[in-house]
Amino acid sequence: MHEEIYIAGLGGQGALSMGQLLALAATSENKEVSYVPFYGPEKRGGFANCGVIISDHPISSPIISEPSVLVVMNNLSLKNYEDSVILGGIIIVNSSMVNLGVKRSDVRVVSIQASEEAEHLGDVRVANSVILGALIELTEVVSVSAVEKSLEEVLPKRNLNMIPINFKALERGAELASNYKKAWSNLS
Amino acid sequence: MKKITARPYSLRDIPFHYCPGCMHGIAHRLVAEVIDELGIHGRTIGISSVGCSVFAKHYFNVDMIQAAHGRAPSIATGVKRVLPDRVLFTYQGDGDLAAIGIGDFIHTAYRGEKITTIFINNTVYGMTGGQMAPTTLIGQVTKTTPFGRSVEINGNPIRVCELIASVEGVAYVERVSLHNPKEIIKAKKAIRKAFEMQLNGIGFSLVEALSACPTNLGLSPLEAVKWMEEKMIPFYPLGVYKSPAGGGLSA
Amino acid sequence: MKGNDAIGEGAILAGCRHFFGYPITPQSEVTHYLAKRLPEVGGLFMQAESELASINLVFGAACAGARVMTASSGPGISLMQEGLSFLAGSELPCVLVNIMRGGPGLGNIGPSQADYFQATKGGGHGDYHTIVLAPNSVQEILDMMKKAFDMSDMYRMPVMVMADGIMGQMMEPVVINEEKSVEIPPRPWATIGRDYHENRNEINSLFVVLEEMEEVNLRLLHKYEEIHAKETLCEEYMLDDAEVALVAFGTVSRICRAVVDKAREQGIRAGLIRPITLWPFPHDVISRIAKSAQCFLAVEMNMGQMFEDVEIGAKGRAPVYHYGRLGGMVPLAKDILEELKKVSKRRGTGR
Repeated sequence: MHEEIYIAGLGGQGALSMGQLLALAATSENKEVSYVPFYGPEKRGGFANCGVIISDHPISSPIISEPSVLVVMNNLSLKNYEDSVILGGIIIVNSSMVNLGVKRSDVRVVSIQASEEAEHLGDVRVANSVILGALIELTEVVSVSAVEKSLEEVLPKRNLNMIPINFKALERGAELASNYKKAWSNLS
Repeated sequence: MKKITARPYSLRDIPFHYCPGCMHGIAHRLVAEVIDELGIHGRTIGISSVGCSVFAKHYFNVDMIQAAHGRAPSIATGVKRVLPDRVLFTYQGDGDLAAIGIGDFIHTAYRGEKITTIFINNTVYGMTGGQMAPTTLIGQVTKTTPFGRSVEINGNPIRVCELIASVEGVAYVERVSLHNPKEIIKAKKAIRKAFEMQLNGIGFSLVEALSACPTNLGLSPLEAVKWMEEKMIPFYPLGVYKSPAGGGLSA
Repeated sequence: MKGNDAIGEGAILAGCRHFFGYPITPQSEVTHYLAKRLPEVGGLFMQAESELASINLVFGAACAGARVMTASSGPGISLMQEGLSFLAGSELPCVLVNIMRGGPGLGNIGPSQADYFQATKGGGHGDYHTIVLAPNSVQEILDMMKKAFDMSDMYRMPVMVMADGIMGQMMEPVVINEEKSVEIPPRPWATIGRDYHENRNEINSLFVVLEEMEEVNLRLLHKYEEIHAKETLCEEYMLDDAEVALVAFGTVSRICRAVVDKAREQGIRAGLIRPITLWPFPHDVISRIAKSAQCFLAVEMNMGQMFEDVEIGAKGRAPVYHYGRLGGMVPLAKDILEELKKVSKRRGTGR
């Protein structure tokens, strides 16, 4: 197993926390991991991307130039990084925020209305957890329980009440993604 | 025969390099006498600065550090924060403290570091050859103010004691002069008090000592003393600017 | 663990209990980490009013015999250069961390390796060197802090740990090897008060007698020669049969290692030289490889700074090429591979 996951969005959307959570969960499962964030100087609203590599083998370069999984949370990120994804890779689009279509036909596209789904669950802030749930379902880079455990570790005390809704969001994301998974297996 | 005076133990037996009429030697001696009298010789560390008094590092018979220009208060702070039971003093001239090093000085004062600063103000840069200092008087001729210091071009002289007298964390501020025996006796008392403030853990203490630089003023030592009385002291009033009992000027 | 946190934790594991510094992106997390962590171990974190003050607070703490450090980035490191020269001249041990950012001027907070010249060629005024260490993983940062403090004590000089913004922000799993007690060598030269040691100590970098200054310079020179001989560190990867030898440090060396693997998959015999000490630079390794490899390709996030050291090492025996990304941009594996293919067919030196 070797996945190079690139998550791109705007500050405040939770791209970086999604990446960190993935990295922590993978670490807890004793996998080889690297996490590198890139962001602009603004605390909110600037670009905020991160690259996470999870592998069974030692990682030589932590810098991702050709991701196997791309998560995009805004139009510009899709435009910028669509072409970099490897052949047959996965692009997960938060279609609540992205209205551009994916042009490539040699990748698998998963489109999730994460913000609406999150609102439906009761808090728009868990949109990134919906996406994360989908990502884990599709790639199986870490177990859901490892993510849940890591979430309990990193969430600040004042937000502990957010845990149940985050778990629900992960679950909902996985559910949505499993439909894609089924469709893909029917195709092949 | 009775021996009534001797070189203080805290001064080394090395001839000063200072010019005739320079008052650094007097100030060195006063500091050394106070260190002796307070019995703190073995735990005192001094920081010499850049300027004529850079050689203070050589003359004091205690552990000494030679600082970069203006940075003595920061270095003293570094030592004190590692070794809080030691006694730290910086010995700085007007260029070092009031020009290039005023930032370090003010922040050290505001932090209330328990160190003592001996500040020698002679209104001129000595070592580099008589250029304007931040304390040069209006109208005073120096190598870089050949037509006299002007407010328009150079701004006003900095009165250091007045500047930090209101600062919380500062325990003691006094301006003294070294131009006659009476004032020298007062100066020694001020220096002693400043060290005591540190020893009692009250806060930052400063003694500004007015001094003359006959060489760069182009005057004889005696004329320089007269110049201090007539020009310098009226602009830089002597007295206590801050003490724990209460602030204010009590000359 | 995050790279910037590893700097802090590594320092604590090395017995450092005093930090003086000023926040600057992308170094700020080092200050956040140590502000919390140092008091927990009985240490002192103090935020200064500037980098100018920081380096002189470090100077003072070093005079007092403490294991002490500071950290900053480009603009702040520039302000510290005077202090660095005084530390070198006064022969005081301390550790500096530079999390490099883009420049010149205010530049940006993107990852960069543009401070190579400043760090390795002196930086401040006067005839001196600073030992410069360049880690390339979070684990190595953690372990290297101890080495940095040990070297700075052994040679009584400042040691700089230099990493780019990616290294500071990167998270990787680490293993913390906690030693029971750290032995800090005695400091008979420290100015701690005459009651506490035999002789009167003076810490000084002023030598007005020319002959005395030359003596000091010669002593420093001999020290630097000894360091060059004993402390030069370098990692070699797949060099035995390499036709093209990549040379890279820090983050870029990680990317280059992946490039070497990819090139070999495609039948190109590539290898990698990774200097771990940037000063002293492993000129000897370059000289040795110059005999077997056809050419060198220095890959850096700057205009070609380490490139010059590679040229010195190659001594004209093999051409040296340079590939760099600037302004906070990171060279990508596929672009380096392209460049590698190009230079493997080219002859003559150049960028």
